[in-house]
Amino acid sequence: MRKSTAERRRGLALHAIMTPLALIWLFPLWMMFVFSTMDDNGIFSPGIVLAPSDQFANNFRALEADTGFIRATTISVCVAMIYTVLSVALTSMAGWALASYRFVGKGIVIATILGTLTLPYFVVVIPQYVMVARDFQLGNTWFALIVPPLFNSLGVLFTRQTFQMMPQELFDAARVEGVKEWRIFLFVALPLARPTLAALAIILFLHSWNNYLWPLLINSQPAMMTAPVALGSLIGLTKVSWGGIMTGAVILTAPMLILFVALQRHFIAGITTGAVK
Amino acid sequence: MRLRTRTAYAFLTPYMLIFLAFWIWPIINSFYLSFLNTRSANWTFNPQVTWGRLLVDPAFSNALWNTLIILIIQVPIMIALAIVLASLLNSPMLKARGLFRFAFFAPVVVGEVAYAAMFRLMFNEFGIVNKFGVSAGLPSVSWFSDPTAAMAVIIIAVTWRWAGYNAIIILAGLQSIPDDVYEAATLDGVSKLRQFFFITLPLLKPVILLCVVLSVIGTMQLFAEPFLITNRGGPGQETETLGLFLYRMGFNTFNFGYASAIAYTIAALAIAISLLNLWLGKERTQ
Repeated sequence: MRKSTAERRRGLALHAIMTPLALIWLFPLWMMFVFSTMDDNGIFSPGIVLAPSDQFANNFRALEADTGFIRATTISVCVAMIYTVLSVALTSMAGWALASYRFVGKGIVIATILGTLTLPYFVVVIPQYVMVARDFQLGNTWFALIVPPLFNSLGVLFTRQTFQMMPQELFDAARVEGVKEWRIFLFVALPLARPTLAALAIILFLHSWNNYLWPLLINSQPAMMTAPVALGSLIGLTKVSWGGIMTGAVILTAPMLILFVALQRHFIAGITTGAVK
Repeated sequence: MRLRTRTAYAFLTPYMLIFLAFWIWPIINSFYLSFLNTRSANWTFNPQVTWGRLLVDPAFSNALWNTLIILIIQVPIMIALAIVLASLLNSPMLKARGLFRFAFFAPVVVGEVAYAAMFRLMFNEFGIVNKFGVSAGLPSVSWFSDPTAAMAVIIIAVTWRWAGYNAIIILAGLQSIPDDVYEAATLDGVSKLRQFFFITLPLLKPVILLCVVLSVIGTMQLFAEPFLITNRGGPGQETETLGLFLYRMGFNTFNFGYASAIAYTIAALAIAISLLNLWLGKERTQ
């Protein structure tokens, strides 16, 4: 098939617009990586250097000296994993209840979740803080990092929709056989919902990994800081290694980029369906 | 579907306990707190020092003004860019699609702190942006001591971070438009550009409105960018947003009552602007 000249010209124009735009968009990420391999003299030298150097290990040592970044990253990994597992478990159970049964109060529950969905998080952050840190004295604990953010209703809506779209005869057949409801949920419904659960888990993990405001407020002691909070505490200090900060930024970003490339489909599914949150 | 209240509650209760404790109760409590003077030993009812102060506090109107400026400039630029990006990414003529998608979508997974650090360093007085500018013959800009320049950095940063996110949503909208609509138009000799304006955009309107609403809600809560990139809303308070102002009142001076009033104002504004958008969107179709 031969393409017309007009069409070829249009294709060329398309790439002539997209290529520089894409390069501009990639530039900050590329420079984040480049700066993480330079010492501060290199970063602030007058010349423009766009290629990586060899100071990554030194920068990491500087970062570790400025803030205990290994410990902070360990906390972040654990929190994100526990949070993701708990949130998927709790919200898929709730989603199943709302999808599968008629019960007293169902309408109120759904209306409350949907009605408050778009309320800004800032509305709850003060009372959450007062309750957790002041009333219960639970600041700087694992509980404070993991449990309050579990209110997120993304999973409820996400899984409810998935369960509703499944053929109900499947579950009814199991019920006729006398299979208990929790076994139907666990062994029939959940395995069928795997793509949804994967997309959900990825988005929740990302949320938790990048979460900044709540951990900043509630876990301010250096020993219980998450990685974003620890890194953020260095920004704005006068005597600090910028190469180290960039190294921390790369450590926070690179795993997510790799995950994104590997699981792009799930990421995109999670974003488009979960756009409400 | 049979009436199974007991079973349903068993599945629902664990989540609902957390939902009520850490979402519904704080929503109510926040409203209550917004009428209290929380700076006295016993928290007493005194809306004069919360809602009353809001009306006369120049720091509040400054933060509100800054937030609205970002909203008015940044959201339209970003949404327009996202529509263009999504349309171009959807073009069948595009080669190396995966690479382009990666370039624009990657910022979505970058955390606030990492990207804030990066933008702060890039726009440093001796940073890479000024190096490029000077080598192109432009004067060196001290981005963070000039209010307008500092605002521009925030707008650029937020656009970089969120344009791809919106493009993903719009792209999904584009892909749900059936091909035969375009085939019919092409047969009738309608140009691609006219197809875009008279078929694509009207069909995309619900998706674009969703993006606008999400962006408005997000911008009303802008916090990490002025906190980290422009060093706590600097220069002075010139880039302080409502989100940052709330943080300062709530967690630097621990004035929970006043901060709650600010929080409810943010929510009310976000909802009002979103509804206005939805309403305007509807008006134009009729």
